[in-house]
Amino acid sequence: MKVSLKWLSDYVDVSGVAAEDLAERITRSGIEVDSVEERNQGVSGVVVGHVVSREQHPDADKLSVCKVDVGSGKLLQIVCGAKNVAAGQKVPVALVGANLPDGLKIKRAKLRGVESQGMICSARELGLNDRLLPKELQEGILVLPEDAAVGTDVVALLALDDQVLEFDLTPNRSDCLSMLGAAYEVAAILSRGVKLPEPGELPSTGSGRAADQVRVGITATEQCSHYAARLIEGVRIAPSPLWLQNRLMAAGVRPINNIVDITNFVMLEYGQPLHAFDADRIRGGRIDVRLAQAGERIQTLDDVERTLAPDMLVIADGERAVAIAGVMGGAATEVTAGTTRILLESARFDGGSVRKTSRRLGLRSEASLRFEKQVDAQAVIPALERAAALMCAIAGGRAADGIVEAKVGEPAPLTVNLTLARINGHLGTDLSAAEVRAIFERLHFRCELVGADGFAVHVPSRRGDITRDVDLIEEIARLYGYDNIPTSLMSGVTTPGSLTREQAVRRAIRNLLSLSGLQETTTYSFTHPSQIAEYPGLYGEARPIGLAMPMSEERSVLRTSLIPHLLDTAAYNRNRNVDDVLVFELGRVFLSDEAQPTKLPDEHWHLAVLLTGKKHSAHWSGKAEAVDFYDAKGILDKICTYLGVTDAKYTPIQPAGLHPGRSAEVAIGGGAGAGSERLGWIGQLHPALAEAKDLDATYVLEIDLGVLIRHADFHIGYRALPRYPAISRDLAVVVGRDAAVGDLLAKIKETGGDLLESVQVFDLYTGEHVGAGNKSVAFSLVYRHEGRTLTDEEVSKAHEAIVQALATTFGAQLRA
Amino acid sequence: MRQAALGELEQTANQQQLDELRVKYLGKKGALTEILRGMGALSAEERPVIGQVANEVRAAIEGVISAKQEEYRKAETANKLRAETIDVTLPGRPVPLGSVHPLNKVIQEVEDIFIGMGYQVAEGPEVEQDYYNFEALNLPKNHPARDMQDSFYITEEILMRTHTSPVQVRTMERMKGEVPVKIICPGKVYRRDDDDATHSHVFTQIEGLVIDRGIRMSDLKGTLLQFVREMFGQETKIRMRPSFFPFTEPSAEVDVTCMMCGGSGCRTCKQSGWLEILGSGMVHPRVLEMSGYDPNIYSGFAFGMGVERIAMLKYGIDDIRHFYMNDLRFLRQFARV
Ligand SMILES: [Zn+2]
Repeated sequence: MKVSLKWLSDYVDVSGVAAEDLAERITRSGIEVDSVEERNQGVSGVVVGHVVSREQHPDADKLSVCKVDVGSGKLLQIVCGAKNVAAGQKVPVALVGANLPDGLKIKRAKLRGVESQGMICSARELGLNDRLLPKELQEGILVLPEDAAVGTDVVALLALDDQVLEFDLTPNRSDCLSMLGAAYEVAAILSRGVKLPEPGELPSTGSGRAADQVRVGITATEQCSHYAARLIEGVRIAPSPLWLQNRLMAAGVRPINNIVDITNFVMLEYGQPLHAFDADRIRGGRIDVRLAQAGERIQTLDDVERTLAPDMLVIADGERAVAIAGVMGGAATEVTAGTTRILLESARFDGGSVRKTSRRLGLRSEASLRFEKQVDAQAVIPALERAAALMCAIAGGRAADGIVEAKVGEPAPLTVNLTLARINGHLGTDLSAAEVRAIFERLHFRCELVGADGFAVHVPSRRGDITRDVDLIEEIARLYGYDNIPTSLMSGVTTPGSLTREQAVRRAIRNLLSLSGLQETTTYSFTHPSQIAEYPGLYGEARPIGLAMPMSEERSVLRTSLIPHLLDTAAYNRNRNVDDVLVFELGRVFLSDEAQPTKLPDEHWHLAVLLTGKKHSAHWSGKAEAVDFYDAKGILDKICTYLGVTDAKYTPIQPAGLHPGRSAEVAIGGGAGAGSERLGWIGQLHPALAEAKDLDATYVLEIDLGVLIRHADFHIGYRALPRYPAISRDLAVVVGRDAAVGDLLAKIKETGGDLLESVQVFDLYTGEHVGAGNKSVAFSLVYRHEGRTLTDEEVSKAHEAIVQALATTFGAQLRA
Repeated sequence: MRQAALGELEQTANQQQLDELRVKYLGKKGALTEILRGMGALSAEERPVIGQVANEVRAAIEGVISAKQEEYRKAETANKLRAETIDVTLPGRPVPLGSVHPLNKVIQEVEDIFIGMGYQVAEGPEVEQDYYNFEALNLPKNHPARDMQDSFYITEEILMRTHTSPVQVRTMERMKGEVPVKIICPGKVYRRDDDDATHSHVFTQIEGLVIDRGIRMSDLKGTLLQFVREMFGQETKIRMRPSFFPFTEPSAEVDVTCMMCGGSGCRTCKQSGWLEILGSGMVHPRVLEMSGYDPNIYSGFAFGMGVERIAMLKYGIDDIRHFYMNDLRFLRQFARV
């Protein structure tokens, strides 16, 4: 809302306060003032001139030479380049020595040999927002009204000695979508009075009661609570007087003609939108406020033919819809140059209904904006009367007697009770009853004392945002000044603060991985459906949830895996010559078994890791190695170890998106047997996919943190340090190439039993020495007994048993 | 002989020459050994005298030899060490170091401050019911304030949460009227914004909620002051400005002393010395009622902040999209305490 201080001064005295200070005080009291615009952008020395004659410049086709009377007693010769300059016009003349915006100074000049003693100005040259002017005035010089007095300073004439405050209103303060609302606000801040406009007497048509010429009814009583109209006759459509145009332009509204300008002016003044119909084009002598019929059509003022839905509110005459209530008028009853009789509407439509209709039609206007936020019930009639009076005064109209109206109920006046104890208890202040009362007076809220410390506050209808005691407490707080509220610390019981176990684990993993050299990423939750198709993730069967109205297909469904965006991250960095990408993300994926969700999806916290490129940056001491599967697996091992998970089992799988020979499902729990649960996947990205994204060999893993935490062991139990010596034996066996080392290890542990303290794989060899189709695996075994020193014989027996078991189960042969 | 031996020893330059001299004088066929061997031919009176002299000479020679030997060993060790000299200015072998995402760094920091003040960290779903996201927060359908945050709907009743406030509602419901409620809720939220330098369709919020008997607006002010001092330094001040949120009344925007200029005015704070970083207010009685708390008995406050905004101010980041583009050249800058 643009609030002109000049206009505002009609209702409240703002003298003695600089515009900037006022803006700051308004902001600090609750309405943010976005900007203070000086309307005069640096104009001085520009006066009204009368173009006495205009002749063609002798040497330039596009220039005119004008003789202009500026009231100095002597005609000025001015060369002008505008097409629209003509003899007889009143125009703004920048005299020699005048200043214009952007530091332009007018000097005596010669244009193609002809002397020019000043300049005739366009609107833009005067710093006006020329988009608010008719086209012809945007292109040429600004033509002033004929009655403008020669020699008058244009700054005064155009009311440029003004500042405009731009209010950035929160939705609750729609009362300040009006100059009067702004006036009440400023009056409260400055502790000053408010002066309301007085419409005065309306000249009568003498043609009797308006109600005899047009009847008004409300059929849609839920959508409209009050409809009032006046019939004004004998108006003459013309441009508005300059003062009115100046006001509208200061408010950023384009002047059209006197009737339309008056409806706009009063809307800005009272916050009550009005509509003027050409009364001669209203058929059947009646207005009905009703819902549209199915398929009903109307051509609106913007010349678009629109089909209405049955829940849209319309204004209908005896035959058809003539306006979409509160949204836009119809072309058929539009006020035109020849209009003489006006049916002026002032009504109260339901905000929700207007909002729905204007959204569905994509039509939003200053009027719909105000109706949506619910207009003041007490402004309907004063605004109607004000506009009617202006139409008579400005457009030469006369009013038929009386207001024609229909009403549904009467809004009850609102009284809100509150006590001093409640105010101070809520704010932590120590206000007195007198201080509180003074604040209500500043707000122009009538208030009565009730009992020792109570108030009964009569809330004016213009403040629809105030419905209960806390709303009044806010009014008190903001006018008392938030800065004056003390700071205190809560009393009451102290509470222990903490993270939940799950939160603590997420944090621990985040720190563990980042300190291990991985970079944490955060990617978008929305993704492209094709990304889910190419990498189905852990939940191939889950249906991705789609947004009803995505902003782009790129971001139209909720992710079911973190991997696709990590792949994007790798590709993004690769495109920027960052080839080594070791990253992870902790985030949620969204899973649903429904195509059209009727309940909230399952949100799972996942961890995903992606590795591609080199393990670390180049170093002088040796070549940096490329990452491989076992780097990824090492990370997962580290996480499992950190969380006390010791039974992770890797099973080869061949899922879409991953390398068929280098992928595994990981299960934990249940001693890696029955009762185990799928933790996630690990593997090499399918080379075709990697190629498509221009990536080197890329390894990914994704696990469900919920599963991990369910099987985590948070208990650390000390075990006594060994007291008896250990005996180490190495074992190298040759087995078929397909034998899984994990299975060999499991067999060794199983066979070694309690005596076997640990076993490590320390070498793996394939090649000519072990024969094609074979591999050699070397283990380092450590034997120990808790209670005594083992003998060589005991160890040899146990070791031999292991060799036997491997031979029986895997056909393993001791390597020579 | 003693003179000769000591003179020769003095001339030795290395271990080898020293060994040769040892053999020459003290060896089995050495000069001194020869003398001692020839003692049998001496008289009984001469024998002890000569013997003593010979032993003195031997001791002197041995002393010099061992001193020399020690000297050579030291020199040899020094040579060896000198040969092992390395260039200490060559770069060390990297022990890999990554980093926590800057948004999570900020979240962890804020969480820790509030945990220290006795708050629990609460979480809730990112896909929410309209009821929790709007209605229970005093934003009924068709409420004009819903314009403030255009949302991503999935169905008419299900949407991406537009703030973390629904977690507050869910927590209150779960607490079933118990007090005190003291939580902070970090998490991702979603709004229909075109991504640009200052907008992102997904961003991160941290909200806080306290409900108890007798909670006052001055407590809100005191709590936020304590928080910003721990977060931005003990000199930080706060300033509150009336504002509007449907779920609080009174509501306030909270400005803090600009951390770039310390309040003297700079480009970041548009010369005002203040930066707006928090929204806050007293919990609206309607919200309390809907979640099972009698507003005549209980009151509370709530506050919320944008993590991106705080991170941008804290680290001087100029474009919100950096947080989601995951350019490693950006992320690596946060591998620091
Ligand atoms: Zn600053």
